[in-house]
Amino acid sequence: MRDPAPRRSLRARRVTSGAMIGLTVVAAVFATLPLLFILGLLLERGATSLNWAFFTAMPRPVGESGGGMANAMVGTLMLLGIASAIGLPVGIGAGLYLAEHRGQRLASVVRFLSDVLNGLPSIVIGIFAWQFLVRPVRHFSALAGGIALAVMMVPLVTRATEEMIRTVPDALREAALALGYPRWRTSLTIVLRTALPGIVTAALVAVARIAGETAPLLFTAFGNQFWSASLAQPISALPLQIFSYAISPYDDWHAQAWAGALVLLALVFLISLVAKFATRSRFGGGHD
Amino acid sequence: MSTTPLHGASFGDRVYRGTTAAFVLSIPALLVLLGIEVAVAAWPALSAFGFGFLTSSEWNAVDGRFGAAPAIYGTVVSSLLALVIATPLALGVAIFLSEFAPRWLRQPVAFLVDLLAAIPSVVYGLWGIFVLVPLLRERVMPFLADRLRLGGTPFFSGPAYGPSMLAAGLILAIMVLPYISSVTREVLLAVPRSQREAALALGATRWEMIRGAVLPYARSGIMGGIILGLGRALGETMAVTMVIGNRHDISASLFAPGYTMASLIANEFSEATNDLHLSALMAVGAVLLALTLVVNMLARWLVWRVERRGRS
Amino acid sequence: MIEALTTTADGAATGVAAADGAAPPIIAVRALDAYFGSLRAVRDVNLDFPEGQVTAIIGPSGCGKSTLLRTLNRMHETVTGARVEGEVLLDGKDIYARGVDPIAVRRRVGMVFQRPTPFPTMSIRDNVLAGFRAIGRDAPPRRAQDEIAEATLRRVALWDEVKDRLHASATALSGGQQQRLSIARALATRPRVLLLDEPTASLDPMSTLKIEELVHELRGDVTLVIVTHNMQQAARVSDRTAFMLLGDLVEVAPTSRLFTSPADERTEAYITGRFG
Repeated sequence: MRDPAPRRSLRARRVTSGAMIGLTVVAAVFATLPLLFILGLLLERGATSLNWAFFTAMPRPVGESGGGMANAMVGTLMLLGIASAIGLPVGIGAGLYLAEHRGQRLASVVRFLSDVLNGLPSIVIGIFAWQFLVRPVRHFSALAGGIALAVMMVPLVTRATEEMIRTVPDALREAALALGYPRWRTSLTIVLRTALPGIVTAALVAVARIAGETAPLLFTAFGNQFWSASLAQPISALPLQIFSYAISPYDDWHAQAWAGALVLLALVFLISLVAKFATRSRFGGGHD
Repeated sequence: MSTTPLHGASFGDRVYRGTTAAFVLSIPALLVLLGIEVAVAAWPALSAFGFGFLTSSEWNAVDGRFGAAPAIYGTVVSSLLALVIATPLALGVAIFLSEFAPRWLRQPVAFLVDLLAAIPSVVYGLWGIFVLVPLLRERVMPFLADRLRLGGTPFFSGPAYGPSMLAAGLILAIMVLPYISSVTREVLLAVPRSQREAALALGATRWEMIRGAVLPYARSGIMGGIILGLGRALGETMAVTMVIGNRHDISASLFAPGYTMASLIANEFSEATNDLHLSALMAVGAVLLALTLVVNMLARWLVWRVERRGRS
Repeated sequence: MIEALTTTADGAATGVAAADGAAPPIIAVRALDAYFGSLRAVRDVNLDFPEGQVTAIIGPSGCGKSTLLRTLNRMHETVTGARVEGEVLLDGKDIYARGVDPIAVRRRVGMVFQRPTPFPTMSIRDNVLAGFRAIGRDAPPRRAQDEIAEATLRRVALWDEVKDRLHASATALSGGQQQRLSIARALATRPRVLLLDEPTASLDPMSTLKIEELVHELRGDVTLVIVTHNMQQAARVSDRTAFMLLGDLVEVAPTSRLFTSPADERTEAYITGRFG
């Protein structure tokens, strides 16, 4: 450790100390300001365009007022559903394997690779999904978009599942085995169930994260001005709609973009809140 | 408790084992597939332009000449700029929260800072287009160029239309701040009390204690946080493409528009006119992929090395 | 040779050891070695467990008593690298024979561990009946299960304390109650033998006493094997006691004889406190 009491006068050192403390306060202010500012702006600009029609109507051609993002909202929900249907089983299954084969070679390698996958830019995942799922069939699809999102979900869910399973004490596993539970039943109905609240929380957090992703959808789901709930057709999604409206030259659409952003943010926050509060175990409070 | 070999394993056990193993193997399989697909799609462009793809600034879809240098330059510059702006702020917030903040202030402020990470990129971009860029164009850039007389320097020269490297750097800084701050906060809190008390007992002021005893101890963790932020900045697409101007240009000036690899792909993909153009975009993606992997490896190695030195 | 009648701690007369040709032991261990990798933790043990009696296994830390216990229900092999050589005969049939399903063994030989481990996601009632979930389709119908739950909880003297909150979480119970619940859980499926691995080591004296009373009452219906590092406990609850040292079975005898006039000098050294 450097000499903490160099030969400047005590007074000067105290002043420096105070000044630095002041600087950190300034930093804290500057760090929280953008958030409050953005949130406030979203509320202000978004709320004005938010009306019942926004939630129920389809996009209207430019120049016509009214119109909404109903298809985008449904599209987002559908994409999240597809992504979860793929990402959750794979992630939980992989997490179980990693937790139950802790020291082994394959587990260490996969754990590392999962982190690598997690760090990849979402646009790269998007172009991979395009090359693999869209190009061969020559059309965009909701399925391709859902799969791209699932690829982003898997590392998050895997890592969280592994950590949660590891918190379950071995004694619980032993007690079940001694009762005559087969290993697979022990893992699924005793261990996994005990870890479930934590896993559900992490899954919801993962869903909240991918709900806002645009880049992987740009060349997979692509977006759709019309109503579509089909897996094999391009589909609209909130982030995509916000993006295309925002870069358009029309004020109408800009206003809708703000409204859409407000709804998207509200969705992300809502999912995060649900993650925090709705997964307390049935008996209140977690396990120890 | 590890699982034992399979003697006497029931059918159910074998199905369970096989299923979880299949899911686990899907991860490396996915990565390999991803690498292959991107490489295959990028190959036509890479083989046509060779190493020059990385150094050429020419991007001409009509003539079929593509070079990724401006995009690479833009990615690096905007990310570094973001780190330069975000790191002091993030460190400041983290130090404030872990050392000085009164108890009742800690939770709310930490919560607000972490919330920055939850805002989707496209929402940042929206804010960027309609708030940040006009602000830069009308106030900040003239201020820097004229009032501060920086207009003469190469970094702040040229016309100031708004969409610029500066805008990208600023928006990336906000997006990256919560990651650096959260990691730093954790690491600072993990510094043992004895370290701080020893410094104070020797007569150090609060600040001297932090600078001399706490920060060095937390150094490797902080670096890890910074590199995490760098990784995020490199791959960020939407917010950047909405404020950077999307021009194939290498310019020293922060006022000038530019491109990043991610924003280039996002911007031109749907308009790609021919297969070579597409392949060039995929090749940019491949370069971005490689860069991200290198940075991540570097981060791990760095953290490992600093930790090892810290232990000795 | 006629063995003298032996008495347990409370003075009641018990039957003789199996050596003179009475009913065969419910569990017979023959030439048993138990390994952790290359470490031989249990060395060539031959031991009988008479039916309906309580047998205690005592010895200093590391002597292999818990390891031996865990070979009796094939739990030893759940640790990576662990294996067994020799025979363990349950009702005359070797549980380590080829083709024997360890799960079937564990359903006939129950176990209670040092730390009570109620399943946190199950209610008290469901915890007691957890053993039936393992059986799956062959489990008795719901109404019968409720009766079994009540009967078993009465048997472990827990019924009055929990009858009003059968659907509450099992983790809300005290340590002693949780341990009795664990015993109930092990007993609900009517195993032939119940193994107890230091069941009172983490409990307070009052709860310990209750568990010991319970063990005493369960005799006859169930055969019990209890591992304990507490000699007084072994003297209080068991009919026969086996002393182990460094993986070897040193001596086994009716409890009162082992503690008053042990045959082996190592046993005497242990019980007089000279080591361990």
